Amino acid sequence: MLEYVWLIPLFPAIGFTLNGLFGRRLGRKAVSWVGPSAIGLAFLTSILIFLELIRRPPSERLFEKVLFDWVVSGSFQTVIGYQIDPLSILMALVVTGVSFFIHIYSVGYMHDDSGYIRYFAYLNLFVFMMLNLILANNFLLMFVGWEGVGLCSYLLIGFWFEKDSASNAGKKAFVVNRVGDFGFILGMFLLFTSLGKHGIWTLDFTEVFSNAAKLDSTTVTAITILFFVGACGKSAQIPLYVWLPDAMEGPTPVSSLIHAATMVTAGVYMVARCNVLYSMAPLSMAIIAIVGVVTAIYTASIGFCQNDIKKVLAYSTISQLGYMFLGVGVGAYSAGIFHLMTHAFFKGLLFLGAGSVMHAMSGELDMRKMGALRKKIPITFWTFFIATLAIAGVPGLSGFFSKDEILWQAFSSSHGHFLLWLVAAVAAGMTAFYMFRALFMTFFGESRVDPHVAHHIHESPRMMTVPLMILAILSIIGGYVGVPHVLGGANHIHEFLAPVVGGAEPSKAHAGISLIAQAWASGGETGGHSAILELLMMALSVAIALIGIGIAYLFYIKNPALPKLLAERQKGLYQLVFHKYYVDELYEILFINSLKRLGTGLWRGFDELIIDGTVNGIAYLIGWLSGVMRRMQTGLVQNYAFSMVIGGLILVIYYLLRAIFY
Amino acid sequence: MTIPSVPPALYLVLSAILFTIGVVGALTRRNAIVVFMCIELMLNSVNLTFITLSRFLQSIEGVLFAFFVMAVAAAEAAVGLAIFVMIYRSRETINVDEINLLKW
Repeated sequence: MLEYVWLIPLFPAIGFTLNGLFGRRLGRKAVSWVGPSAIGLAFLTSILIFLELIRRPPSERLFEKVLFDWVVSGSFQTVIGYQIDPLSILMALVVTGVSFFIHIYSVGYMHDDSGYIRYFAYLNLFVFMMLNLILANNFLLMFVGWEGVGLCSYLLIGFWFEKDSASNAGKKAFVVNRVGDFGFILGMFLLFTSLGKHGIWTLDFTEVFSNAAKLDSTTVTAITILFFVGACGKSAQIPLYVWLPDAMEGPTPVSSLIHAATMVTAGVYMVARCNVLYSMAPLSMAIIAIVGVVTAIYTASIGFCQNDIKKVLAYSTISQLGYMFLGVGVGAYSAGIFHLMTHAFFKGLLFLGAGSVMHAMSGELDMRKMGALRKKIPITFWTFFIATLAIAGVPGLSGFFSKDEILWQAFSSSHGHFLLWLVAAVAAGMTAFYMFRALFMTFFGESRVDPHVAHHIHESPRMMTVPLMILAILSIIGGYVGVPHVLGGANHIHEFLAPVVGGAEPSKAHAGISLIAQAWASGGETGGHSAILELLMMALSVAIALIGIGIAYLFYIKNPALPKLLAERQKGLYQLVFHKYYVDELYEILFINSLKRLGTGLWRGFDELIIDGTVNGIAYLIGWLSGVMRRMQTGLVQNYAFSMVIGGLILVIYYLLRAIFY
Repeated sequence: MTIPSVPPALYLVLSAILFTIGVVGALTRRNAIVVFMCIELMLNSVNLTFITLSRFLQSIEGVLFAFFVMAVAAAEAAVGLAIFVMIYRSRETINVDEINLLKW
């Protein structure tokens, strides 16, 4: 079965071809079958491959399928090849699985849209590119997927391109991503040349990682930082996060699929994939952890004051991505990937829920115009509620396990630090607050719905609610693959990923945990201390989350006048946060305007003056010369004859002189 | 009876004088037929050079070329005169100064 790994990306590619080229001829009905079923088949294949993979012993869980040569130059060769290992198959499962449900949801959600066929073509193309990104067995193919998902993101953000804001948001996403991609590509160049110095011309993952030890630490640090710049762009971290909130202009299932569950996590995946390199560069890891945790708390605070439900979710996504980077940054790669997976479930669900709310509210996004929707759209409410509990880190749901793993690692890992834990824990409380704020504003309290909208609020069709329910179930149970040892779980996911990332995992925590496990089993006292600490930390973070929820309850249910009062009391602060710390404006002044000025300068000064000047000048000179020269064409035969005679005379004189002087 | 031989250089000088007269005539005269006659004069001066040198070098090629030149000159005269007649018919002049349509 492993042989057939190429089928996973093939199905979406076929779906894209069918929908993209023949969609109009096939008709809507066929397209709504082709789109989801292509992804469904890919999902099925992934499951089969996964089942076969776990039958193998852990040390043999790596399989590469080379399809054909791609770039061959001298001793360097890059192939189109796919790689199956625990990390890539887990990602493939998450991507195809979540995509599948979102495709089904989209059939219902996009039903009346005039771009229905185009939508499914793009969506299939996206999944194809995403699968290339995660299944690639070399950096170059990964980069193709990396760029491909960026393209699809651009196409889908600007899906309603007749709207100015949508097409601008698409452009913004594309340009900001370009900055990150520039870093990624430079990192690839540097990796390639510095390995080349040792005679190893390759971009293949296995070969690169097995030869990584030959690189000196400065080079590795530079490479990994450049890669992280790429990850910052794709995964919306400070300072390149500004595109993601604007990306909410796209259709809601797109926000769910691309800008929450899959594409934006590519950066985390890439860092986890390159864990061998990152583990060699403590500085890069520290940078990642700090950027991650700062992003987490910073964007969580922006989430406080947003009134657009999708914007809240967007900032929440950035914040959660920050957690994942914190996880991989402290060396807990499996924890980062674990959170990536659970986040895909609950954040995908939150977005789909928001889409369902929009559907019910005739496209309304402003939470100030919602309220008391709980009874009117019960399925949406309950699923949204479950996802909110999960993201807030309420014990028992998936988000709790993954977030707690990251928090614990941030504290205890050899790369970790108490401050990292503290900031991340506070951010967790903030997450709980703003998510419950969104929940309360949307579903509880008094109805503030526009009366025109109010009378046709309705629950979404089955096509949309079933994916919601499935994702809700996953949001609950998804965490049980990674129950930490201290709670008596087995942490399967950690073990499963260990062959890829485990070896590099730093060990204080790890050793600690296994020690605890032993101690737990024997009931001894040896590791008890650490276990108690871990439990204490866990209790603390739960307490912080509950405080966040409590404050949200106080503000938005108990005493709805309070937020306004507070906003007026702290006017300056409120305005600062409400305007997202004026970062967009700052970037506008710093980068956009100066680039525009530079562009205008180059246009006026260089293009118009020098380039156009040269070209037009030459043309003018030739024209003038021809004007002069054509006067020679008098039409009088005798003038021509005269010049012939002069020419003849010159020849004669020349030969005579030659004869005389030689 | 012996005819005193004329040195070849004199023939060449004569030929040069004739050629120069032809050139100056062809460049300065306005009547197309006179220009034409001047060209004939140039051709004949060249013929004279050919024959002189042919004799001087005891080789037949010069004579041959003289015949070619004569043939060409005859053909040229026939065609040229016909062209002049046609030009005269349409423009009522054969003054070369006025036949200058082919210009900028």
